[in-house]
Amino acid sequence: MSNLKAIRVRIASVKSTRQITSAMKMVSAAKLRRAQDKIVRLRPYANKLHDILVNLSQSLAEMDVENIYAAREGEPENVLIVVVTSNRGLCGAFNSNVIKEARRIVAEDYLDQYKNGNVRFLTIGKNGFDNLRKQKFPIVAEYNDLLNDLSFEGTAGIAERVMQAYTTGEYDRVELVYNHFKNAAVQQLTREVFLPVESVEEEFKTFLSTDYIYEPGKEEIIKELIPKSLKIQFYKAVLDSFVAENGARMTAMHKATDNATTMIEDLTLQYNKARQAAITNQILEVVSGAEALKG
Amino acid sequence: MKLEIITPDKKVYEGEVKSVRVPGKKGSFQVLKDHAPIISTLENGPVILVDIADTESSFEINGGVIEVKANKIILLAESVK
Repeated sequence: MSNLKAIRVRIASVKSTRQITSAMKMVSAAKLRRAQDKIVRLRPYANKLHDILVNLSQSLAEMDVENIYAAREGEPENVLIVVVTSNRGLCGAFNSNVIKEARRIVAEDYLDQYKNGNVRFLTIGKNGFDNLRKQKFPIVAEYNDLLNDLSFEGTAGIAERVMQAYTTGEYDRVELVYNHFKNAAVQQLTREVFLPVESVEEEFKTFLSTDYIYEPGKEEIIKELIPKSLKIQFYKAVLDSFVAENGARMTAMHKATDNATTMIEDLTLQYNKARQAAITNQILEVVSGAEALKG
Repeated sequence: MKLEIITPDKKVYEGEVKSVRVPGKKGSFQVLKDHAPIISTLENGPVILVDIADTESSFEINGGVIEVKANKIILLAESVK
């Protein structure tokens, strides 16, 4: 009988777990949709800025615009790795993938710099921060609160500080490591060079050029737009990771809910079998007792 | 003229306007119908627009860039108050 009770208690506990995981799944789904909206709203700005930059860069080749974010000569000496993770867990391998990738980058590409103590980390997200700190990696800054209320202004401030540090020569190279959102179930681990800026003059081709008046001048405009587009790139990465996080959590919670359901089915079967066995036993006892009385 | 004011977080304004005054790098200037195509960076300051119903409204922008082309104005601002 005690066995029966134990199974009943387990069923109840799995059921309440399932309730929690399915609620969390709903929450992530709602957050996912909201975060995706943000990306959609960012798109017109990012596209237009890109258009203007491409338009300008057509004439950039002829001019000698000094780019303070250009690559410096020689091997990069001081490296900053920006690690974007999540504040909360329960999202599958989302965080550990990023951390693994960050460590791989250090081990494979920047081992010399690391030995000299010139590789540093900037973390966005509590998970990455805790993990890297435990492994004694040097962390220059953490911005874990950013993810609680993700906005362009917040991220732009961080991007500005990183850009500032680059121009003063504190770093020679800044890389971003984050999860790119492919769909709710698939995150693509992405490693991106943030600084130096690879040349802006990519897509020349079919841009119909209008004769614009440039105020104050092409050069000044480009100088002002490059930081803007860098900030957008930074924001995009963080936003992308945020969307991917919620997608990952939604999928993880969906799987957990499914697992709980199969577990409940198994336990119910076990419970019924045990119950039947108990009843059979009781009948046997009664019958054999009656049999004994007769004799 | 069609005017769009866009920030990375949202679209602040979209609609038909008669005129718009923006804080250009080299001084504030006004854009009216059939303005020549222009790309200009903007300072921090007010954007004052007059819509087709002749109502005036203003936005405080925090730097940005404006593109005017064929009576279509697109204003990109980092933040708008």
